[in-house]
Amino acid sequence: MMRLPRFRYLAPTKLSEAAAILADLGTQASVLAGGTDLFPNMKRRQQTPATVLGLRRIASLRERSGDPRSGMTLGALTRLSEIEHDSAIAAAFPALQHAAASVATPPLRNMGTLGGNLCLDTRCSYYDQGPEWRAAIGYCMKKDGEVCWVAPGSPRCWAVTSTDTAPVLCALGAEVTLVSAAGERRIPVTDLFADDGIHHLTRKPDEILSAVHVPAPSGRSTYVKLRRRESFDFPVLGIAASARLRDDGAVEDVRIFVGGTGSRPLEAREAAQWLAGRKLADEDVLREAAELVAHVARPLQNTDFSMSWRKQAAREFALRALRNLLA
Amino acid sequence: MADGTDLRPFNVLGKPLRRVDAFGKVTGDTRFADDFAMPGMLHMKLLRSTVPHARIVSIDATKALAMEGVRAVLTGKDFPVPFGILPVSQDEHALCLDKVRFVGDPVVAVVATEELIAEEATRLVEVRYEPLTTIASPEEALRVPEPRIHEYGDTGNIHKAVALDFGDVPAALASAHLVTEDYFFYQGNTHLALEQHAALAYLGTDGRMTIVTSTQTPHYVHRAVAKVLGIPASRVRIIAPPQGGGFGGKTDPFNHEIVAAKAAAITGRPVKIALTREEVFYCHRGRHPVLMRMRTGVDREGRILGHSVETLLDGGAYGSYGVASTFYTGALETVTYRIDRYRFRGCRTFTNKPPCGPKRGHGTPQPRFGLEVHIDKICEKLGRDPAQWRIDNAVAQGSLTANWLKVRTIGLVPCLEAVVRASGWKDRFRKLGRGRGLGIAASSYLCGAGLPIYWNDMPHSGVQLLLDRSGSVTAFCGAAEVGQGSDNVLAVLVAEVLGIDVPDVKVVTGDTALGPVDLGSYSSRVTVMMGNAAVEAAQRARERLEEACGLGIPVERVAFGGGRVFDASDPSNGISFAEAVQRAESKFGTIGTVGSYRPPKAPGSYKGAGVGPSPSYSYTAAVVEVAVDEATGIVRVEKVWIAHDIGRALNPVLVRGQVEGSVYMALGEALMEEQAFRRLPPRLSGALVHQTPSMLEYKSLASLDMPAVETILIENPEPNGPFGAKEVGQGPLLPVPPAVANAVYDAVRVRVDEVPITPEKVLAALRSSAKRYGPSKFPVVPWPDPLIVAPPWEGGDGSASNEPKRRERPVRRAEVVKP
Repeated sequence: MMRLPRFRYLAPTKLSEAAAILADLGTQASVLAGGTDLFPNMKRRQQTPATVLGLRRIASLRERSGDPRSGMTLGALTRLSEIEHDSAIAAAFPALQHAAASVATPPLRNMGTLGGNLCLDTRCSYYDQGPEWRAAIGYCMKKDGEVCWVAPGSPRCWAVTSTDTAPVLCALGAEVTLVSAAGERRIPVTDLFADDGIHHLTRKPDEILSAVHVPAPSGRSTYVKLRRRESFDFPVLGIAASARLRDDGAVEDVRIFVGGTGSRPLEAREAAQWLAGRKLADEDVLREAAELVAHVARPLQNTDFSMSWRKQAAREFALRALRNLLA
Repeated sequence: MADGTDLRPFNVLGKPLRRVDAFGKVTGDTRFADDFAMPGMLHMKLLRSTVPHARIVSIDATKALAMEGVRAVLTGKDFPVPFGILPVSQDEHALCLDKVRFVGDPVVAVVATEELIAEEATRLVEVRYEPLTTIASPEEALRVPEPRIHEYGDTGNIHKAVALDFGDVPAALASAHLVTEDYFFYQGNTHLALEQHAALAYLGTDGRMTIVTSTQTPHYVHRAVAKVLGIPASRVRIIAPPQGGGFGGKTDPFNHEIVAAKAAAITGRPVKIALTREEVFYCHRGRHPVLMRMRTGVDREGRILGHSVETLLDGGAYGSYGVASTFYTGALETVTYRIDRYRFRGCRTFTNKPPCGPKRGHGTPQPRFGLEVHIDKICEKLGRDPAQWRIDNAVAQGSLTANWLKVRTIGLVPCLEAVVRASGWKDRFRKLGRGRGLGIAASSYLCGAGLPIYWNDMPHSGVQLLLDRSGSVTAFCGAAEVGQGSDNVLAVLVAEVLGIDVPDVKVVTGDTALGPVDLGSYSSRVTVMMGNAAVEAAQRARERLEEACGLGIPVERVAFGGGRVFDASDPSNGISFAEAVQRAESKFGTIGTVGSYRPPKAPGSYKGAGVGPSPSYSYTAAVVEVAVDEATGIVRVEKVWIAHDIGRALNPVLVRGQVEGSVYMALGEALMEEQAFRRLPPRLSGALVHQTPSMLEYKSLASLDMPAVETILIENPEPNGPFGAKEVGQGPLLPVPPAVANAVYDAVRVRVDEVPITPEKVLAALRSSAKRYGPSKFPVVPWPDPLIVAPPWEGGDGSASNEPKRRERPVRRAEVVKP
């Protein structure tokens, strides 16, 4: 069987203690929430931290405050299955509930956390492999090698953001709190991500993502996920949208984010600008907007499905997402 | 009475009783190979090749050996004797000797006190390779004869090419009303059994080398281990515990089993190896990717005058069952619909990929896919309903086919009629509107291969019974319970004949030291062969009890049932079964009986006639309903109706389970599964790697993707089966992929002539001018001169006119019934 490498395990009970440990160890340590991403990666030797810092004993990270209707704060350790089964969240933020419910499988959602899902490592079919497999291709830029096999001439890594909740939280205008020994900062979720397959988070090595703040819903939201199967799979395309409509059905404000194609959730700004003031009920308007959303999705040959098909499917799935805002 | 003609009510047969191993499975009591552990056990890891094709220049294990906890390092030099499942393909070494042939080929074994230490130590072994040209596809193998992946085989990188002519097919096509030619491709896929292979080997104080291993074929592992290790077979014991699925993936003797045994001999300690999922992808032996060309001529009524099949198989790096697989891509084309003349060409090539072998349906799902889609197209050209065409052209009961296969009972027509009725075919086919469609297909499969893997005249299966004076009966058999329910079949058959409760039969199986040989759980043979042996053994036990029961009646009147032995005319006159055993034991001494089974001789005697014959053939028909999204090409299977000719269902719940499992596996193959490889840009890398060696990224259906399945069992008792039973483990997979393809055509009028039928291919077909996706050429293959075998109705005797007579056995003319 696949064995974990050796590591030291620390499990403080206070966030400040955890922050102090990270201040000391920095990149030598990995932060552990549900473990559904970190442990498989460690088994494949993609990450071999000397120390694993477990957060599970820190009760404050499970706390929740506020109310979905007026804005809420979810502790980073909130399990995905809690979000999935929360009727108040489902009513206020159907997109968030749907995104959480579409992650992996029920047992993994019982372990996986919201904070962990946001910090999910980027994925790539050349990278998410065992050490011998990676040795057989001469490794890649993201781990132990120099080339990005997805785009061999490229100076950067093109591993793909594969979190379902991130595009939704971006579209909802959510924020996260990052805590370190030096203090804490609160940033928009959109600023948590960087467009690079290796350095995909702006979280500093000494910071712990402690909470997610979701503002009061300001309209409708939706999340459409493309994948091979009805469960289990990571998104190869995830389109999240949140919109405020005027009484006449015209769009007052819309935010659209695309996950599963680039190294970070990408905002479809041109589509949003096109839709502003226009009516979603107009099929021509929708088609043009879907085209602009698909423009943002630039799939590469490093996930399931062929690149060209995903590009074609993006238009159709964008259309479906936008139609959902009407329903 | 056990030939299926018995009309009396049964004691336990046909009843949906809980299977004998059910509680063990659901409570976790069942011990699979990986659950075995021993005191002082060492752990083994294999270092596998990271290059696709190379000569091994040097192996330096100094650093690994120096690591604390490492007990032994083994290399190819420790295994000079080759092995392989077929006598004609002894081409594997337990660890690579001088060459590696694919990424994943095992090169070095490290044995250590902990699995993690063994794993870390493998990374300290330095192997230097001298790369050789990589051969990635059959087309490349045909084009590049040198370097040869193996030094044996027909020529260059062709492992095996065969050519058989049953009558003059070109003449038949020339006289046909309509000739249709099609090209098909069936992608390779793997078994994906949930249980990963594990083995524990130890040299016992009794001097026996014992290996507890996940194998469907303990007998063949027994032979391979004795051969490679050079120890007498009498000192080797193979234990095959129940398995979490095999599907053909555990039917070869495997390198890791043999290496573990050698390591146990060297270290004097038990040695365990548990493969990772990635390693299981490298063991493979799965479905061969097959490119096909079919050409068929029919007369005005649609009768097939001549049928020609050419297949090109991507064999991967070793022989495995490949020679048999090659013949199987042609052998069963004739057993469903009447075919007057038949021409077959099959070629298997070596490539630098994990070896292909037998997966559920072994070599037959690929040409079955081609044939059933091909017929759909022919019917459309003829303006015939494809369901009715199949009914009209079904092979008749008792036929001898063009390629000399004797088919006895045939439930094909009732199967077709059942799915036509259940699916509302007549009102719904071609009438569901754009985006929704129905497709039909039918198929047939063996109930056990007629010949063993190595030539011998001994039984294919034996059962030994021990009757205890407590009334309990123990049944011993070498058969391997791989999850299919063979233990249950054994217990139920013995209980039925002896009239006792199923729990009163204890089964001891899968242990070469404790039961008579059964050749293994492959070719859908166990219910038929072990079952017939069990019935024979139980009949013999029954005769002893009849004779000794002392009821004072003629033996014909002695009845067995409800745990009693009694007078059929006066049931009050009787004794308990235990009492009967005691009386028999008093009279004869300890009561033990044996039974064994050998399939009937096949009528054909040409070279190649050994692949295809079977005591009987099961039949299946399926209708599939799909919804196709034209914007994306995404196909959703809405429902499957499937009817299976089971002969007699010994336990209908188990039969349905096998049918549904087959549908599940077939839909995976039809829609998404691919044993696909990635070749990196050659100027940057020599890599040729499995694209998705993981459960997550090798896509097969999850439960939410599984449609509703309506299963219909057709019972038409088969005289060669125990109480009339036929197989169900493999056959029901066969009609499903072509039925999906035919349904997609009904929905959106495009042909996807290959599997898997992915959204990419459907969309490409929709946007193409030909409204088709699939191969359009077949490479030039240097076929050997064909063997000329006249069909039975053209004066043949089952031999080839242009080869020396292989055996003198003139066919009995009475056997010749034209389909």
